[in-house]
Amino acid sequence: MAGDYGWQKWKWVLLFILPSLIGLLVFVFTPIATSFWLAFQNWNLLSPPKFVGLDNFNALFADPEFWSALRYTLGFIFLYIPLVFVLGLGLALLLNQKLRGVIVVRAVTFVPVIASWVVISLIWKWIFNPQYGLVNYGLSIFGIQGPAWLFDPNVALYALVITSVWKDLGYVAMLYLGGLQGIADQYYEAAKIDGATAWDRLRYVTLPLLTPTMFFIVIILLINSFQAFDQFWLMPMPGSAAQRNVQSIVTEVVKQAFSYNRMGYASAMSWVLFVLIFVITFVQFRLQKRWVYYETE
Amino acid sequence: MRPNSIGDARVAPLPFSTRRPQAAPKRSLALHIAAYLIMIVLVLLVLLPLWWMVSTSLKAHQYILHTPPDLFPNPISFESYTRLGQEIDLLRTFFNSLLVGVVGTFAQIIFAAMAAYAFARMRWRGRDAVFVLYLATMMIPSVVLIVPQFIVVRMLGWTNTYAALIIPPIFTAFGTFLLRQAFQALPRDFEEAAFIDGANHFTIFWRVLLPLIKPALATLTVLSFMGLWNSYLWPLFVARNPAVMTLTVALAQLQAGPNALTEWNVVMAGAVITVLPLMIAYILAQKWFVQSVVANGIKG
Repeated sequence: MAGDYGWQKWKWVLLFILPSLIGLLVFVFTPIATSFWLAFQNWNLLSPPKFVGLDNFNALFADPEFWSALRYTLGFIFLYIPLVFVLGLGLALLLNQKLRGVIVVRAVTFVPVIASWVVISLIWKWIFNPQYGLVNYGLSIFGIQGPAWLFDPNVALYALVITSVWKDLGYVAMLYLGGLQGIADQYYEAAKIDGATAWDRLRYVTLPLLTPTMFFIVIILLINSFQAFDQFWLMPMPGSAAQRNVQSIVTEVVKQAFSYNRMGYASAMSWVLFVLIFVITFVQFRLQKRWVYYETE
Repeated sequence: MRPNSIGDARVAPLPFSTRRPQAAPKRSLALHIAAYLIMIVLVLLVLLPLWWMVSTSLKAHQYILHTPPDLFPNPISFESYTRLGQEIDLLRTFFNSLLVGVVGTFAQIIFAAMAAYAFARMRWRGRDAVFVLYLATMMIPSVVLIVPQFIVVRMLGWTNTYAALIIPPIFTAFGTFLLRQAFQALPRDFEEAAFIDGANHFTIFWRVLLPLIKPALATLTVLSFMGLWNSYLWPLFVARNPAVMTLTVALAQLQAGPNALTEWNVVMAGAVITVLPLMIAYILAQKWFVQSVVANGIKG
């Protein structure tokens, strides 16, 4: 082949790879290394960075704001993941039926996935408005006095969860649908011949064969929701107690870095989050033997 | 997949009764009705908030505080859109978002495709090691990157420039990964024939192979443009200057800080304008949107 030897070859290789490699070097590899280095420094962007050993990590584990952010993040995860996991499966099973109009439902439920969090958060802030919002109006029809939602630190998290489920449902359903469509028809035919009802087919064919997809979805949902930012940053009402209290780990990192200029401390926190996500993903992979069924055997 | 693996020991034995009542057709009619009811409720649950955004944006201020709320604007008023123009520089921010989206998408695709070509269609020492390095970055959460990326941008003196908005986000290992997969799926014969005809790598890349991976390019285009258009966290910290501010940041500012706007019709007008371009694109190219978002897997 022409130009495939020696310098001739390297000239071409470098031409193709360098733009991307240099970009990644400057904006990804170096930042990752810098962030790791910064986690052991004290730096406010003004005076030169000072090495402080593990001080940032010690301070972090003694910081009530960090623990509070972790609690809210975990609270969010425990409410949001089961909801979106189950409802997403339900929606996918529905979309997998050969019914007229399914295409419309699929197209419509995917709209919130595409819209930006800024737009979604504003719509739902208006819907959760305690006085004039649709939600509290709906509750008032049943004689229920609705809460102050995004003003109230005890209730705001539920509003964030509802909004997040609404936004991500179509996405999760689409992931399930990929798995559902990968299940061969012959399994269903065999089950039908054996006299299986629709429920039996779901319980003994669909669900076991869907466990690899479920595993993938749980991993993705965990990784994403540990990093929840937009809903926490955008939704609690400005100036309210909810806004002061309801923080996720990532909003806490952003606040430490950009409001208080504590670059080292923020970096340390982001690495703690990384380790947390890594450990949980690892544990999930170890646990998968217990419930994930692979067809290869 | 073996046809008889349904009887494998790994699958629980099927406790099916062989005698079934003959009422199956009736039950399936009831199921049909239930399915359609659920579908209708679902569509309404998704559409109502979106309709509420449009409807509120078309009301004059005094009408948005009605109890019970009016589902339809009556009378229709475009006052909120005029008011929005006084609150934020619509033309400027819209143009900024569009510029960042278009230029960023184009640049990301070119760089990713070139690197993908080098990984998939060339043999060179160290190739696999570099590729593993690319893959490894996909495991790092974006929050780890944001602080040091901000510092890099600051050191380069790019704060409040288009460069800061466009350049750091376009270097993702994911784009390269996606296009490498597409290139690898193509048979070798294509370029071998072209090489014999005397074509160089650039001709093969640009004329022969790139047109063959159009589906992957479309996937990356949608993903990249959507990501840049919807992006909030990054532009919020690198481009606060009104001259380069993007639409999402300007919109979010309406409802942030001590002077949060309570004219919800104006806020909703901003939401409509921000979401409209993507919605039009979605209606035109629905398939690509679904594929891209699903292909992306881990957002972040």
